[in-house]
Amino acid sequence: MFDTLLTYLSFPMVQKALIVGVLIALCSSLLGVTLVLKRFSFIGDGLSHVAFGAMTIAAVLKLTNDMFLILPITILSAILLLRTGQNTKIKGDAAIAMISVGALAFGYLLMNLFSTSSNLSGDVCSTLFGSTSILTLSDAEVWLCVGLSIAVVLIFVLFYHKIFAVTFDESFAKATGMKVEAYHLLIATVIAVIIVLAMNLVGSLLISALVIFPALSAMRMFGNFKVVTICSAVLSVCCALLGILISVLAGTPVGSTIVAVDVVAFFGSCLAGKIMGGIAK
Amino acid sequence: MSLITVKDLAVGYDGQVVEKNISFSVNKGDYLCILGENGSGKSTLMKTLLRLQKPIAGEILMGDGLKANEIGYLPQQTVVQKDFPASVREIVRSGCLGREGLHPFYSKEDKELAEKNMERMGITKLAKHCYRELSGGQQQRVLLARALCATGKLLVLDEPVTGLDPKATQEMYELIKKLNTEGIAVIMITHDVTAAVQYASHVLQVGTSAFFGTKEAYLAREKGESHV
Repeated sequence: MFDTLLTYLSFPMVQKALIVGVLIALCSSLLGVTLVLKRFSFIGDGLSHVAFGAMTIAAVLKLTNDMFLILPITILSAILLLRTGQNTKIKGDAAIAMISVGALAFGYLLMNLFSTSSNLSGDVCSTLFGSTSILTLSDAEVWLCVGLSIAVVLIFVLFYHKIFAVTFDESFAKATGMKVEAYHLLIATVIAVIIVLAMNLVGSLLISALVIFPALSAMRMFGNFKVVTICSAVLSVCCALLGILISVLAGTPVGSTIVAVDVVAFFGSCLAGKIMGGIAK
Repeated sequence: MSLITVKDLAVGYDGQVVEKNISFSVNKGDYLCILGENGSGKSTLMKTLLRLQKPIAGEILMGDGLKANEIGYLPQQTVVQKDFPASVREIVRSGCLGREGLHPFYSKEDKELAEKNMERMGITKLAKHCYRELSGGQQQRVLLARALCATGKLLVLDEPVTGLDPKATQEMYELIKKLNTEGIAVIMITHDVTAAVQYASHVLQVGTSAFFGTKEAYLAREKGESHV
């Protein structure tokens, strides 16, 4: 089995998949803790559907590089969603549900009306569940992914303390003169970038899992924000690596395999948290 | 010059006035209790003071070298905080962020200030503990230490004893009084009239039978009204 693995690892497409997979897992786990705590777990789901809708528009327009359309549309939706979280007539969860379902329906409708492919449900399925698109990445896509990941990690490290303060207590942060709206905008943009990146790996439907599972697992075990963040990043990267390797060896779909590994890790963490809690008390 | 002077302030939201003609001032070393029934506009007034929302009319003047980001605020606990994975030290330090601007990390002074304020609140031993595992009284101390990192001049406390048992309530009040005697002005919103007259130097009543003055004047008026 080890030999087969080595053979596979020498393929450039597997190498690319590993690079992109690890980077996306890292980025998506970073803001996961914030999103889960802010009760925005579903924003990943909502935005990924928006990205799906945008992707179908790009497909209809026959754009060669659909990223340039998907990214701005998703960022815009993220900003709108976090805005509605504050004070508008339609509240957070309803707004997310509306945008998410609406975008999904429009995306499917557009694909249906304009698709040239004979295998329509197969196309939809692969956009939603990621299927093998991570194994067919071009060099340009890999570089784009590397660049954006570096930007996301850099922003996260530089604004780590601010993100912590805004997550823990918005009104206190605002009262002591922090520009809370600006940080919301920043968080929204970063989330949108991460989701568009992650779509290549696990597809629209499973992005939420990539964002929330490592965070929830880490929160089971630790009670310190910095440790939770680092632990969720490490867990996420390990699960992604393991998931990709298993899927290459066993021929299973990449996205669902990674999420399955994440789910197993979550239950493992629950157990570990119980044992550690027992020792601490 | 007073730390805060409020003149003919009207507060509310979405253009709806909740309470108007509020005037009062807070000087260095004062302890002001804001009393009022539910819905009388206490919380709206406090949010306006903290610049979380805009006043509808009137003005709030800051004096005596008090800057807008130098008000220490003890908010009511939110649902998010109840299961938040953060250590006590991380939370206390975050009180320093208002001053930091775009600087990404804490300075040495910030870290020392956080340690000093944890010492002051008697929570140094808990520094590495997780916030969600503390008792209600301990959590309030953590948030108070954080507020002290943001200010040396004025604390605004929003019902600081909500949900605390009688012993913790008593300790919390004593702690606030101690800070006040050390020279920090306090504005406290409360339902608890008994505590207000016991600890405050001034009382502001909003809603029906509005009043602002010293505690003695407030007591005299209450007495007068009960005779009528």
